[in-house]
Amino acid sequence: MKAAVITFPGSNCDLDMYHALVDEFQIETEILPATITDLSAYDAIFIPGGFSYGDYLRTGAIARFAPVMAAIKAADQQGKIIVGICNGFQILTEAGLLPGALQTNTQPGFICDITGLKVVNTTSKFTNAFTKSINQFPIAHGEGNYYVDAATLATMQANQQILFTYTDNPNGSIADIAGVTNVNGNVFGMMPHPERAVDALLGNVDGRAFFSSIIASLVNQQEAIKA
Amino acid sequence: MFLAKIYVTYKPSILDPKGETVKDALQRMEYTGIEDVVMGKYFEIKLSSSDATSAAKEVESFSEKLLINVNMEVFRYEIEAITE
Repeated sequence: MKAAVITFPGSNCDLDMYHALVDEFQIETEILPATITDLSAYDAIFIPGGFSYGDYLRTGAIARFAPVMAAIKAADQQGKIIVGICNGFQILTEAGLLPGALQTNTQPGFICDITGLKVVNTTSKFTNAFTKSINQFPIAHGEGNYYVDAATLATMQANQQILFTYTDNPNGSIADIAGVTNVNGNVFGMMPHPERAVDALLGNVDGRAFFSSIIASLVNQQEAIKA
Repeated sequence: MFLAKIYVTYKPSILDPKGETVKDALQRMEYTGIEDVVMGKYFEIKLSSSDATSAAKEVESFSEKLLINVNMEVFRYEIEAITE
């Protein structure tokens, strides 16, 4: 498995993601700039948190038109795993790779806290290794209020696209939604930070199951191809 | 040359937490007649288009693609001819 972490001007969780993938899970990983146009060598693509292009205009709005996005869309068409955390989630919704949009938190201000996440669906590529139904994840955002219209929400529920919900909704997200996939189940986004919860030294390892899930699903996929 | 003035606001169905925060502040300042505050974005964009119709077409195209998020925002605009 080879992973890419995409860094945009203003991304600031790229090194945290790199640390989680390389040091905690021994995955061959490269940090690549948003100017890159070919991602064919990578099995999984991670879009980290931060403030891409200063969050000017809207969160993720400028990043959506970065050169790398065509390569990310091509990877999606090949069914590759694409993960957007925090600002990465905002970018994926702006790019139309995930449904909905992230708007300003209902309670004024930036929230930096630990939040409870309920695993709603454990059959996905991103949640298959979770053993606890409630997990504690760090959050740090000002625009994490997930919005989707009623018709799309109904479709997402029917397709089991909602993987995580907040136990104590911190930002006003509709239906307590914290993490979602696309219809095909290969693209995932959420505001909470699993990459900040992988090291016992930092007091929280609840994020490890997220990475274990992705690794397990890639191993299964490769075995299926061989067989 | 044309000048486009473009106003971006949330759809009425979307909560506007920034507008609500400003409204609360105005009411605290004892402006008792404040009924509602909508906080949006304002752009002035100069276009070299040859006529107002093609300028309008361009404004509508890029506003929808970049200036707004169609899930939660709407825009309106005015176009005027200007001299350089």
